[in-house]
Amino acid sequence: MAQPENLLYSKEHEWVKIDGDIATVGITEYAQSSLGDIVYVELPKTGAHVVQFGNIGVVESVKAVSDLFTPVGGEVVEVNTELDGDPALVNREPFAGGWMLKVRLSDASETARLLSPSAYEQLIAEEAH
Amino acid sequence: MSRLASDHTFSPIIFEQGQEGRGSRYVESGGAPTGFLPPEALRADLPLPDNTELDVVRHFTRLSARTFGIDLGFYPLGSCTMKYNPRVNDAMAELPALRDLHPWTPDDLAQGALQIMWELERSLCSLFGMAAFSLNPSAGAHAELTALLIAKKYFKDRGETRRGTVIVPDTAHGTNPASAAMCGFKVLSLRSDARGRVSVDALKNVLGADTAVCMMTNPNTLGLFEDHIHEISRAVHEAGGLMYYDGANANALMGNARPGDMGFDLMHLNLHKTFTIPHGGGGAGHGPVGVAAHLVEYLPIPYVRARAKAGADPSAAPSDRMEFRLDFDLPHSVGPVRSFWSNFAHAVRALAYIYANGAEGLAAVSQLAVLNANYLRVRVRDFLDTPYDEICRHEFVASAQALKRETGVKALDIAKALLDRGFMAPTIYFPLIVAEALMIEPTETESKETLDEFVAALREIVSLAKSDPGTILAAPERTVVGRLDETRAARQPDLRWYPHAETPANPN
Repeated sequence: MAQPENLLYSKEHEWVKIDGDIATVGITEYAQSSLGDIVYVELPKTGAHVVQFGNIGVVESVKAVSDLFTPVGGEVVEVNTELDGDPALVNREPFAGGWMLKVRLSDASETARLLSPSAYEQLIAEEAH
Repeated sequence: MSRLASDHTFSPIIFEQGQEGRGSRYVESGGAPTGFLPPEALRADLPLPDNTELDVVRHFTRLSARTFGIDLGFYPLGSCTMKYNPRVNDAMAELPALRDLHPWTPDDLAQGALQIMWELERSLCSLFGMAAFSLNPSAGAHAELTALLIAKKYFKDRGETRRGTVIVPDTAHGTNPASAAMCGFKVLSLRSDARGRVSVDALKNVLGADTAVCMMTNPNTLGLFEDHIHEISRAVHEAGGLMYYDGANANALMGNARPGDMGFDLMHLNLHKTFTIPHGGGGAGHGPVGVAAHLVEYLPIPYVRARAKAGADPSAAPSDRMEFRLDFDLPHSVGPVRSFWSNFAHAVRALAYIYANGAEGLAAVSQLAVLNANYLRVRVRDFLDTPYDEICRHEFVASAQALKRETGVKALDIAKALLDRGFMAPTIYFPLIVAEALMIEPTETESKETLDEFVAALREIVSLAKSDPGTILAAPERTVVGRLDETRAARQPDLRWYPHAETPANPN
């Protein structure tokens, strides 16, 4: 499956969309498919400071509880409150309505440590073997 | 009656049946004892159901017919060892002399009960190669916590307080990291190798002065024997750590291999799994903790001690030549871990099972459990992937990953469809290292005919997934409540009855 081209990816299966100094973060199609039905998403509070690749919350599916990591560091300026009432939105629209948080980047050069769409696709091809 | 019996979805709860004055009241109004509680602790009313005895009997009999258990059908729930529980065990536990014994009975009037506990402890030591067992913990996770408390105190007494890390392979049961975290340890997850085992090299890379305990299950949750166990134990011991054996999979080992001989210092058993005690649905468990000689003084209190009676004939039966007591004075003990002394009725059941089988019988039990699992494995691999495909122990793991890609039918859907066909589902999505995992443990008590019926049902489901996936995605249809919305069932469970005046608008 092709990954959306306008995004960057982490090894932990998060995507990030850079728009000026604001980064929107979510989990990938591959991640939601592996997790199965998502029943709860725990996110940091608006205003929290997060560091790149740090643990910022959990995603709970009917299978397991998984840690959520942020692919970029900075200040959380918005979280997707719709996920409170409808966590399955992450399953239905992982790259759109299922976004999780927006971060004001503290260091734009951090994005150099993320994966391109093709590199990420190679990663999941290896994981799926 | 017919209305209730024929309707599969509707059954009023006991509070909604009967009416005031209908019931058989055994306590007369005003006849209850008074003065036990201060007035402010007393409630003005207590709205209890008011039903006839017949209504109550029918209600609960009807409910019992809606549930599923090992007494109704095959229950291949991986790592749970859902085997037949011989009724003779219950008959022994129900003997009035045992059943009616109060836990505060003085030791000299409870010699028989203490002897049962002692003989069970000695039997477990012999079967698993440990120096002593505490029968106190009530279940597996409780036993893990108890054992980790023992390890913590042991290191503290030795001045090794920097040992704060517990190593847990990624094939471990989920309770292992949870117990370690609960006990204040840092958890380090160890990736298994391409053969599904702990890699000795990877382990050596993480061992150090901070290593406290390495928690392992052997065979592991892939059903595979950790064949480098001696090297693993040696490496952990050389680093100054302790080895812990999670006994959830002990049904593969009895009488064939002993954790003590593999180098484990601590272990637990789930008597309710391996030693045939009815479990599941939250029923009482029993999780004895075993220790090697250097940890005996750390066991929880009380601990059953036996000693020779003065002047007794050494060839007499234990009950004539020995006396038993509860020892509350272990100087290094982690203390009490529960009220009273153990789930004693379960100790009776387990000992009855051990004596009915004997050492050779128990060895045969484990061999048959392994044989049944391998029979299922080679039949199931005809139509489902079986990663790590080699001779397994008491269970094996199949994967629906390829089927999901091809048809959209997941492990979860296969599990639901099995319910429609009269089987309990296997454990699914565990262990986490196998995508779309189905973890199947048949146990030794199932016949070849039952295993064949299960294979046929599974084969039919996989075949339907390819020809008509919609029918599998809609399953189950023949169960009491049909297919649940998984998200809502997890987030908005409707579990509690409220008198109508108190019904909250939104329970969440």
